[in-house]
Amino acid sequence: MSICAVIFLVVFSLIVYAAVKYRKRPSDDDCEPPQIYGSNQVELAWTVIPILIVVVLFLASARVIHAVEDAKFPANAIEVTATGHQFWWEFEYPKYGFVTANELHVPVSPIGTSLPTHIMLLSADTDHSFWVPQLAGKTDLIPNRRNEMWVEPHEVGTYVGQCAQYCGTQHAKMLLTVVVQSQDDFDHWVQDQKSPAVVSAQVAEGRKVFETNACMSCHTIAGTPANGRFGPDLTHLMSRGTIAAGAATNTKENLRLWVQSPDAIKPGCLMPAMQLNDKDVDVLVDYLMSLH
Amino acid sequence: MADAQPILPPMVISAERENSRPLVQVLHSWMVTVDHKKLGLMYFMYGIVFLVIGGIEASIMRAQLAVANNHLVSPETFNRLFTMHGTTMIFFAAMPIVFGFANYLMPLMIGARDMAFPRLNAWSFWMSALGGLILYFSFIGGFGLYGAGSAPDVGWFAYAPLTAPAFSVGHSTDYWIIGILVSGFGSIGTALNVLTTIICMRCPGMTPKRMPLFAWMNGLMAFLVLVALGPLTAAQIMLLIDRYLGGHFFDTQAGGSAVIWMHFFWIFGHPEVYILVMPAFAIISEVIPVFSRKPIFGYSIMVAATLAIGFISLGVWAHHMFTIGMTSYANAFFVASTAAIAVPTGIKIFNWLGTMWGGKIRYTVAMMFCVGFLCQFLIAGLTGIMLSAAPFDWQLGNSYFVVAHFHYVILGGIVMAVFAGVYYWYPKVTGKLLNETLGKWHFWLFVIGFHLTFDFMHIPGLMGMPRRIYTYDASRGWEMWNVIVSIGVVFQALGILFWVINLVWTHYKGADAGPDPWDAWTLEWHTTSPPPEYNFAELPVIRSRRPLWDLKHPEDPDWKYE
Repeated sequence: MSICAVIFLVVFSLIVYAAVKYRKRPSDDDCEPPQIYGSNQVELAWTVIPILIVVVLFLASARVIHAVEDAKFPANAIEVTATGHQFWWEFEYPKYGFVTANELHVPVSPIGTSLPTHIMLLSADTDHSFWVPQLAGKTDLIPNRRNEMWVEPHEVGTYVGQCAQYCGTQHAKMLLTVVVQSQDDFDHWVQDQKSPAVVSAQVAEGRKVFETNACMSCHTIAGTPANGRFGPDLTHLMSRGTIAAGAATNTKENLRLWVQSPDAIKPGCLMPAMQLNDKDVDVLVDYLMSLH
Repeated sequence: MADAQPILPPMVISAERENSRPLVQVLHSWMVTVDHKKLGLMYFMYGIVFLVIGGIEASIMRAQLAVANNHLVSPETFNRLFTMHGTTMIFFAAMPIVFGFANYLMPLMIGARDMAFPRLNAWSFWMSALGGLILYFSFIGGFGLYGAGSAPDVGWFAYAPLTAPAFSVGHSTDYWIIGILVSGFGSIGTALNVLTTIICMRCPGMTPKRMPLFAWMNGLMAFLVLVALGPLTAAQIMLLIDRYLGGHFFDTQAGGSAVIWMHFFWIFGHPEVYILVMPAFAIISEVIPVFSRKPIFGYSIMVAATLAIGFISLGVWAHHMFTIGMTSYANAFFVASTAAIAVPTGIKIFNWLGTMWGGKIRYTVAMMFCVGFLCQFLIAGLTGIMLSAAPFDWQLGNSYFVVAHFHYVILGGIVMAVFAGVYYWYPKVTGKLLNETLGKWHFWLFVIGFHLTFDFMHIPGLMGMPRRIYTYDASRGWEMWNVIVSIGVVFQALGILFWVINLVWTHYKGADAGPDPWDAWTLEWHTTSPPPEYNFAELPVIRSRRPLWDLKHPEDPDWKYE
C-alpha cells in the first residue's frame, strides 16, 4: 500500500505539472509546439521500472499466500466445522461433540506458543463467506466443497463479522461473532455446551408447546426429543448474546417478537411465524429462557 | 502515390430534405436503417436511456444505505436493485455506448463508407435492444402477468446455486438469462463486424501502422468480445438446461459445481472490463493529442501495450475468486498475471502524459474530462494493484473497498472518457458545438460528486463493510461515511442534468461547428458535420497517421518521419 502511495504521489504530481505547465497561454502565438513522436529510452524506463515493482509485489504476496494457505497445525489446534445456512452459522466442535450457532468461541493463543483454531467451511445451501475482519481474511463456504481457514487471535475479546458473499434475501443480517476467551473460560464454556439441556418442571408447559408444534422439526434441544437440524441448535440458547444471527439482542422481548413474527426482526428469513396464541407464546418464551 | 493528395470536398446532402419528411417516415427510416452512423447513434441513445435507469437504481440504493437501519426499501427490493443496476450498467448501458462510438466513428476514421456487414450491424443492434427490453419486462412479467412482477435478485454475477430452481423460484432469473443471452448474440455480431471492417475496409494508404489508435483499441475490444462472450453464452445455456431440462451443471444439491459457474462467469467477466475500458482508452488517445497539439507519444508502444493488455486480460479471471479456497499455487499465478497487467496499462498512462508534455494544451471541456480521466484512472489502477495481492483481497474482496475500486474504473475512467468523447465528437455528429460553460458546470459538479461518493466509499470497506447488504447497524460505525457517499450522488446527478440540458440546448441553439472545429488530424474531420450517408464522396488516400496534418502543413508533413 505504501508503494502504491508513492507511485500515486509521483505520477499524480507529474500529471498536474504537465497539465498546468503546458497549458496554452493567451500570450502564445498560433504556431504548433514541436512535434515529438516518442522516445525509446523513455519508453524503456517506464516499462522496466514497473516490471521491477511488480516482481517485488508478487514475491511479497506469494510469501504471504504460502504462509497462510500451507500452514501446518499443531496437534492441540481447536477443530471447528462451520456450516453456512440461509441466514445463520452452525458451528460444530467435533472433538467435543456439540453443536452451537452464530457465536464461535475460541481460546486465546498465548504469545510465544501457538494455539490456532482450524475451521472447516461447508455450506448447506448457497455460497457464503466467513469474514471477521479483525481476525482473518475471508474464505467462502461453498456447497459441495470443503474449504479451510484458521484464526489465531492473541487478544481476548469479542469480534464481530458477517457473511461476505451474497447468499439471498437476508444476506445483510447474517452476522457472526467470535468470542476469544482465556483457556479457563473456554474450557468452562465447552463443559457447559457439552451437557444436555436442563429442563425444569416449571417450564413443562412451554416445552409441550415446543414439542407439539413445528419448532422441533427444525431445532435441536439436546436431551429432549427435539432434534431438527434445519435451524440453529437451541440447547444452550441463553448462553448466546444475540438471536437471529446477530439481528437482535437475546432478551425476553426480542425472543417473544422473534417467535411471533420473525419478519419484524429479519424480513425474508426462513423461520416461519408460528401463529401461536398469547398464552402459548408466553410459556414457550419462558421455556426458551430456561435453556442456559 | 503522388504528392499533396487532393482529398475531394465531400458530397453535401441537405439536412432539410431529411427534416421535411413526416414523423412516421423519419421513424421508419431509423427502424430500417443499415447506416453505421444511425446505428451508432441508436446504440448510444439506447445506452444513455439505460444509464439513466441504472443511475436511478443506484440512487435508490444510496438513499437506503445513507442511514443505518433504514426501511426505505425491503431487502427483496434492494437485492433486485443491485442486480438490475449491475446488469443494466454493464450489458445495457456501457456496452451499447462503447459499441455506439465504435460504430459511428471507426469507419469514418479508417476512411470506410460503412461497416463491412451493414445488415448484420442492424441485426446486432436490434438483438441488443431486445435483450434490454426482455430484462426489464421481468418487472411486469417475472411471476406471470398478475401484477406481481419481480426483477431478478441473484446479483449481476448470478452465482450458483442461488440461480437453481430451489433458490430462485418464478421466472425472474429466466428473464435475466435470456436478456443477456440475446444481447450477447448482438455483441458477438458487432464484434465480428468491427474486426472485419478494420481488417478489410481501410482506405488506400492506411496500413496497420497508420491506423488511428482508436481503430486499434476498438479492434482489440472486438477481439475480446469474440473470445469472452462465448463462455458466458455457453454458461447461460447450461443454466437454462439446469433450470428446465433437469441438468445438474451448477445444481449443487445434485452434485453440480458452484465453482464452475464462477469460472465461466469470470472468464467472461474480467475481459469484459477491458472490453469496456479499451474504447475509453481509444477516446483518450484521440482527444489528448489534438488538444495538446502534439502527435500521440510512442504510437507503436501504445499498440504493443494494447495487444499486451488484450493477451494478459484473458489470464487474470480468477482474481475474482481469491476467496474460494484455491491452492496457493493457483492464487500465486493469478496474483502474478493480475499485477503484470499493470505494466502495459501504466505504459499507456505514461504515454498520454508524454503526449501532453511540451504541448500547448487547450482546456476545452473534452480535454478537462481527459485530465480528470488520467488522475482518476491512476487511482483506480493503484487500488487495483493493491487488490491483485491475494492476501489483501482476502481482507477486502467483496467489501466496499472493491465497490469503490471498480466504480473508480468504470465511472472515473470509462464514463469520464465517454463524456470527453461526447464533447469532442458531438460537433461532428450534429454540426453544432456543445456549450462550454454548461460543460464546465457538468464537469465540476460531476467530478466533485464522484470524489465525494467514491473516495469516501473506500473507508467503510476498510472498516469491514461488505457489499450487497441492504442495511447495517449503527453500532458498526459505518454511518458517517455512508452519509457522505450518498451526498455525492446528488452532485453527480446534478452534473448529469447539466449535461442533458447542454445536449438539448445545443440541439436548438448551439453554435455552428463546421467540418473541423478542433483543428484535428484524423479522417472523420475531413467530411461535413454531420457526415453524409456515404461518409466520403471519394475515398481518401492517406500517407501518414495524421492525414489532415499533412494537408494543413504541407511544408512539414508527418509522412517524412515514418
